[in-house]
Amino acid sequence: MVKLAEWRGKEVFRKYGVPLPRGQVARSADEAESLARSGAVPLPCVIKAQVLAGGRGKGGAVQFANNPEEVRAAAGSILGLEFKGEKVREILLEEKLPIARELYLSITLDRSKRRPIVIASAQGGVEIESVDDAQIDRQSIHPFPGLTVYEQRRAAEVLGLSGSLAKSLGSVLSALWNAFVGEDAELVEVNPLAVVVDGLVALDAKVIIEDDAAFRHPDYSEVRDDRTPLEEIAREKDIAFVQLDGNIGVIANGAGLTMATLDVLQELGGKPGIFLDLGGTDDPKKVTEAFLLMAQARPAAVFLNIFGGVTRCDTVAKGLVEAMKQVPESERFPIVARIRGNNEAEGTEILRAAGITSVPQLRDSAQAAVTLARGNA
Amino acid sequence: MTVLVDPDTRVVVQGITGHQGTVHTTQMKLFGTQVVAGVTPGKGGSSIEGVPVFDSVRDAVERTHANASCIFVPAPWAKDALIEAVDAGIRLVTIVTEHIPFHDMLVMYHYAASQGTRIIGPNCPGIAAPGKSKVGIIPNIVFRPGRVGVISRSGTLTYEIVNGIKEHGLGQSTCIGLGGDPVVGTSFVDALPMFETDPETDLLVLVGEIGGTAEEDAAEYIAHHFSKPVVAYIAGRSAPPGKRMGHAGAIITRGKGTAATKVAALEAAGAVVARFPYEIPDLVENRLSTAGRR
Repeated sequence: MVKLAEWRGKEVFRKYGVPLPRGQVARSADEAESLARSGAVPLPCVIKAQVLAGGRGKGGAVQFANNPEEVRAAAGSILGLEFKGEKVREILLEEKLPIARELYLSITLDRSKRRPIVIASAQGGVEIESVDDAQIDRQSIHPFPGLTVYEQRRAAEVLGLSGSLAKSLGSVLSALWNAFVGEDAELVEVNPLAVVVDGLVALDAKVIIEDDAAFRHPDYSEVRDDRTPLEEIAREKDIAFVQLDGNIGVIANGAGLTMATLDVLQELGGKPGIFLDLGGTDDPKKVTEAFLLMAQARPAAVFLNIFGGVTRCDTVAKGLVEAMKQVPESERFPIVARIRGNNEAEGTEILRAAGITSVPQLRDSAQAAVTLARGNA
Repeated sequence: MTVLVDPDTRVVVQGITGHQGTVHTTQMKLFGTQVVAGVTPGKGGSSIEGVPVFDSVRDAVERTHANASCIFVPAPWAKDALIEAVDAGIRLVTIVTEHIPFHDMLVMYHYAASQGTRIIGPNCPGIAAPGKSKVGIIPNIVFRPGRVGVISRSGTLTYEIVNGIKEHGLGQSTCIGLGGDPVVGTSFVDALPMFETDPETDLLVLVGEIGGTAEEDAAEYIAHHFSKPVVAYIAGRSAPPGKRMGHAGAIITRGKGTAATKVAALEAAGAVVARFPYEIPDLVENRLSTAGRR
């Protein structure tokens, strides 16, 4: 998934007609100051760190300023921050508006019902998870008619909006719906949606775009998620690779088998830390690339757990042996293999010839990996 | 009677001329499936593995009376392929294709449902009844005819578990890999009634994963409507709390969606939950003998 920073989310909102405060993005204190001096950002203004983590208000990542000097100072301090592990590189400067009420609105997918869901609450401006269930309204939307006017009216009613504000809410919701569908979003969220003198304004924007729809949205390709450099390389090579704390590398095929493998290692006292999912690949080159990637992560031991259904065990074994030839002696790590299924005998033989033992039972092989990792830690 | 497929199932493979389509056409035929047609627009008139290829599903159905489809068409064109199958009167479609945008799947699911077509998948291994028929890609080697039903959200893990059942000396009635995408055509709750009424299934193995609430929904159904013994397994007990889908997602799944909540719900519904995949065969055997159905 691609989580958009607030300002990018607001670009999406602008495209679909969600009302926004006037604002500009800046990447330096100089730039921020000149935006304030030129009037491009009306004063007083709010300055917000463009990071993906929530809770910015409490961490000094949101500040107010009344004049260009204050803008400069605030911008400088925010741009120096490291907020929840994320370095602040961009800030959003927006006009400060008089707020009467803060509401919550979002559209996301309800997997169980296989329908989009509109979530509304009059308790906006706080984390929605902390809001009492009774204060949250959920409307399940059928994708064919899409969001209807009566559903918009109902949302206005539960938010306590009437007259022209109810109409404004209808157009905000309709714009959010169009953004949800048009941008292939997993989530569009406005929190808070502010009631101001002359209508409604989205003060924040959270937009998450679905990866699988990337082919329809080439413009998001430059937006990076929070990946490590190795994860980024893996992504380019279309290998599922995740790095966490732990010293056992796990190479498996399929998400479910990978998770099950981690469960067993953990239970046996191991610390699985690098997960690599080969998926359904048949290509020995890709297997080699995957192993080389794993080698770069410097695991204490690697546990290879493959069930060959479509994947052939001998292909995986060849790729592994080829990769180990390319890893310098000093950087090698112990490997425990468990390859079952399609061409199991051939694969086991290739590994045996290269000095790698294949242990057929999951529990035994996982135990061997845990023991080796301990010895090599 | 079996669940969804039987020896009379006549399969059209959409995307048969692609690598996967061709490989699995061969495998389905080896399993005993009647693969009667393939479809690849522009390649009508040719044949693959002895199977005639047509330009459209409609042609394929008219000429071969195909009544089920297996879709291998790449994600950008999968929605169109599904709608074409539905419009040609196909009422069972397995979608193997991965990476279909869920917004497309929303349209596909609701369109298929409106016309009475059942979708298995997407991004799934499909369905197989050993000795009868297979529509999908589950490897033939893991099967042996028997009386254990299997439903799963996983791919390879399903093969591993089904194979474990076989190696233990037991066999399977029908196995359905539902796929783990955000929107699936058939969920656990949709599949459970078919196994409840299937006289060839004595016990059901349910393989779930963390994320979503499909297992909790299944537990609810099992508690009230499912009379056969259930052995379950949930993958991902050790997974760190992952990247969540924002706060809105958390409100929908409030208090659900973790391995712990799924295990608790299934146990409360009377299922036996294995902690690891290799415990499943013994648990199956125990439950079968207590139920006097060995």
